[in-house]
Amino acid sequence: MDLSQTLEIVTRSDAGMVRSHNEDAVFVNPALGLVVLADGMGGYNAGEVASGMATALLGSELEKIFARQAPSKSDAGEGARVHGAIESEIARANGAIYQAAQSQPQYAGMGTTLVMAMLYDNMMTVAHIGDSRLYRLRGEEFQQITRDHSLLQEQIDGGMITPEQARHSQNKNLVTRALGIDPTVEAEIHDYEVRPGDLYLLCSDGLNDMIEDDEIAMTLSALSANLALCATQLVQMANDNGGRDNVSVILVRVVQAFPAATQWWARFLAWLK
Amino acid sequence: MAKLILSMDGLVLKEIPLTKERTTIGRKPENDIQIDNLAISGEHAVIVTILNDSFLEDLGSTNGTHVNGQPVKKHFLQNGDAIEMGKYSLKYVHETPQQTTPAEFEKTMVLRPDVMRKTAEQMASKGFGDTQVGSMRTAVHSAPPAAVEPPPPARVAPAPPSLPSAAIQVLTGGNAGKELLLTKTLTTLGKPGVQVAVIARRPQGYFITHVEGAQFPMVNGRTLDAQAHPLGDHDVIELAGTKMEFFFKS
Repeated sequence: MDLSQTLEIVTRSDAGMVRSHNEDAVFVNPALGLVVLADGMGGYNAGEVASGMATALLGSELEKIFARQAPSKSDAGEGARVHGAIESEIARANGAIYQAAQSQPQYAGMGTTLVMAMLYDNMMTVAHIGDSRLYRLRGEEFQQITRDHSLLQEQIDGGMITPEQARHSQNKNLVTRALGIDPTVEAEIHDYEVRPGDLYLLCSDGLNDMIEDDEIAMTLSALSANLALCATQLVQMANDNGGRDNVSVILVRVVQAFPAATQWWARFLAWLK
Repeated sequence: MAKLILSMDGLVLKEIPLTKERTTIGRKPENDIQIDNLAISGEHAVIVTILNDSFLEDLGSTNGTHVNGQPVKKHFLQNGDAIEMGKYSLKYVHETPQQTTPAEFEKTMVLRPDVMRKTAEQMASKGFGDTQVGSMRTAVHSAPPAAVEPPPPARVAPAPPSLPSAAIQVLTGGNAGKELLLTKTLTTLGKPGVQVAVIARRPQGYFITHVEGAQFPMVNGRTLDAQAHPLGDHDVIELAGTKMEFFFKS
């Protein structure tokens, strides 16, 4: 099922005002409803290698898997087809990055964060590792859907510091999970219901470290009629505020409902092929 | 590097740099900071330092630990905090020794997951005072920069003072004469679904951009393209049949 008429997707990725390299990488497949964003880290250009490997591997492998048979609601949930495919492809990408980091000295220690969403059958499965985020604007309500895997978030959860203190913490940039750092990695994967009109934002920390959430929310709602301008504006605001990190955004607007074809219909189409 | 300044009755006794992950304070000699006074418990309190943040925890002392006059069990230390135990005072000083480049502390690093899991478990069971945060994965990136004050308030940068405030005044139509101050980062104009433009307030000035609608806005009689257009004093904007003037407030 081709979702390119159902989902409007735009991406922007910018090195920012300080860094010479852009270590972020994005991948989108509007027809499949797949969006992937990675924020690489590691010396020299290793960060770019890690994030590039993550987006390319996950993108191409998941394309192959789901092009054959589009998923439906019955494939969601823990242990089911979509989770299984995402989990195993994340594990493979992790292994590939880890191997490259181990075998080539110039890539030693490289890794990347990851946030990705797969939209199908009026829902989406979101997987993330590290501090790249997914936000949702639904009507007036702007919400952070993913929860960072960062030292700061753990400190907030543990009651050691308040969110207000966290804003001034020095440890903003310490992630507790990353792809490619260890032989195995655990991604956090959840399913969410999707409604027409929803606007999703996937971003690297270069966005949410430079602009407050309510500024992001205001920009999304003010410019939702023009996603390309909205994405450009978000990047520009991060850069106007200093642009100390690479900044990448993926915007996904749900234009209309996208139920999966019913089982017999899917089988019939498959039989025709 | 953060440090503690130990004093009694305003008399400075000692300066102690917080170099260790756990700095214990108490009457017994095995403490990192020994205060030989009966008002101080054998193991009175501990300060856990994780990179640039330090946390104070009272270890169930008889006479308690106060910070800035308030009794505390656990406390996230901030520059200038005065920790009081009996007659003694420990001032927490967390200075900026030199300006590190912003790029340095923006860099993302990874904490090894196994270390964090252990940390989380210990936090849950015994409180963070017992936590030993192990080696950081410094190989991933350059070592964390030396202690710095909270990052400069890069977030929500209000436009620099050099940018004068500006407003638009409606010239034609039912709202003629109305004035709208451009205080927000973004101000949208027009009718949603018909024609909308946005004025962005940036450090460099004010810019108008077309958002939606078949027609593009006009500035001083010239139709804009899709690019952002800088606004000058007394520019006349025409949008959805309404004229309005942009001007700087003196």
